[in-house]
Amino acid sequence: MNKFENELKSGNFIVTECLDCKQIVWPASDFCSICHNSTKWRNANNVGKIIEFSKKNDKYFGLIEIEKNLRVMGEIISEKTPETNQKVKLKESSFEKTSKFIFEVISN
Amino acid sequence: MKKVGIAGYGSTQFSKNEIAIEELLVESAKQVFETTPNLSQNLINGVIVSTNDNSKYLGAILSERIGVKPKISHTIEHLCSSGTNAVISAFSYIASGLADIILVTGGDVIGNPGQVLEWDKSRGEFNNPIYWGSLFTKAHKRKFSTTEEELAIVSAKNHKQAMDNPNSYSHKPYTISQIMNSKIITDDLRILDCSYPCSGSSSVLLASEDVIKKFTDTPIWISGIGQKTNSASFAKNDLTTLSSTISASKDAYAMSNTIPDDIDVAEIHDAFSVCELMAVKDLSLTEKTTATEFIRNLFNTEDRKINPRGGLIGAGHPLGATGISQIIEITEQLQNRAKKRQISDAKKGLVHNMSAAATSSTVLILES
Repeated sequence: MNKFENELKSGNFIVTECLDCKQIVWPASDFCSICHNSTKWRNANNVGKIIEFSKKNDKYFGLIEIEKNLRVMGEIISEKTPETNQKVKLKESSFEKTSKFIFEVISN
Repeated sequence: MKKVGIAGYGSTQFSKNEIAIEELLVESAKQVFETTPNLSQNLINGVIVSTNDNSKYLGAILSERIGVKPKISHTIEHLCSSGTNAVISAFSYIASGLADIILVTGGDVIGNPGQVLEWDKSRGEFNNPIYWGSLFTKAHKRKFSTTEEELAIVSAKNHKQAMDNPNSYSHKPYTISQIMNSKIITDDLRILDCSYPCSGSSSVLLASEDVIKKFTDTPIWISGIGQKTNSASFAKNDLTTLSSTISASKDAYAMSNTIPDDIDVAEIHDAFSVCELMAVKDLSLTEKTTATEFIRNLFNTEDRKINPRGGLIGAGHPLGATGISQIIEITEQLQNRAKKRQISDAKKGLVHNMSAAATSSTVLILES
C-alpha cells in the first residue's frame, strides 16, 4: 500500500499540494503533474459540495467536490433527497481493497 | 504517408461463454484467413492483439497458433477502446512503411479485469461503471430535461437493430415500456440501459494501398483518426459533455476532410443509453435538432444510421473486441454487405470508441 492508502486506512484523508504552484495534485502524488515540483502532504478539507448524485437501493452516492481539483465519489447520508451544490461534511474515510468516503449533508 | 485500408475481417459470436482468451482470439483470426482471398501466413508482417485480459504474450501466442512469424507483434490495452487503439497502431506501422499487412485481433472474456480501474482512488467504493453511468444519466436529465422514455428509446432501437446482427449477444427485442420497467440498477439506470460485458473476439486485416487489391476489390480506407486522453480519473470529468470525444472528432474530421453531414452511418460507444445521446451531440451529428429528437426520429422511421449492429447495448461489450467489431460493421456497410442492416448508398462512416467514462476517446472515419 502507498502512503495515501495507509493514511486512509487509519481514517486520514490526505492529499498532496504542490510546494511551488500550490495546485492540489489528485490522485495523490509525490510530485506535481503541472510543474513536476515536489508536493507536500496535508489533510483534505472535510467540507465539500455535491456535484451530482444518484441512489442505489437505500444508499445515496455522488460526486463531491472538496476543493478545487479535488473530487471523489462517496456515499451521501441524508434524511431527504440531496441536492446539487448542497454542503456535505466528510464523516468517515477508510481503505479496504478500495478507498471509501462517507459524507453527511450539513445544510439544505 | 501510405493509404491504409481494411482488407479482411472476422468475428465470433458474442456470448456468455467462459472460453480461454487464447482460443477466443484464434477463432476470429482464423475467419480472416477463411474469408480473405489470396491471404497466406507469410504475407503478414504484423500481429497485434487488443485485450484487457491478464494473460501474457498474446501477440506471440496468436501468431504461433495461426502459423505467422511477424516482424511486429504485441498487445495493446486501453480499457474499452483497446480495439481502435490497436488498429491505430497497425495503421501507423503500415502508413510509415514499417509493415504492409497487419492482423489486428481483439477479444475479451466475460468477467475480464478491464471493467474496474483499480488505480482510480477518486471513485472510492463506487468503482463499477454503473456508478458513473448513473451520474452521467442524472446530470443529463438535469441539464437537458431528458426523460426516462427518451433514454429507453436508445436501448429499444439498439436491441431491435441487434436482432439482425448474427454475432450479437442479444437477439431479443424490447419495447420502450419493457425497458422503462426493467430491473432497477440505481435510481437513474435500468438494466436494459446498460451494455453487457460478454465474451467475444473480432479481427481486421489492414493493408497498404500497395498490396490491398490482392485481397479485396472493395477496400475500405481509414481516412481520419482522432484520439484524445484527458485523464484516467473519472472525477475530473465533465458529466454532461464527452470532451475527449469532441476533441478526437475534430481531428478525425479534419484529417479526412469530412464534415459531420457527410457521415452516412456511425458506430457509437453506447456503454449506457445516455452515452449515445451525448456522443451523437458531441460528434456534431445532430446539429439540426436535439440528440433525443434525433434518436427518437431514427427509431420511429427505422433508420439504422446510428449503431446498425446494435451498439454495445444490443451486440454486447467484449472490451478488447468492441472497437474492432465497430470497424467491421462500418466496413460491411460501406461495402454494401450489411444485409438487413444495410444503410443505402453509404459512402462514409464513423467509429466512436471510448474508455473509462470518456476520459479518453477514439474517432475513426472510414470511406469507400
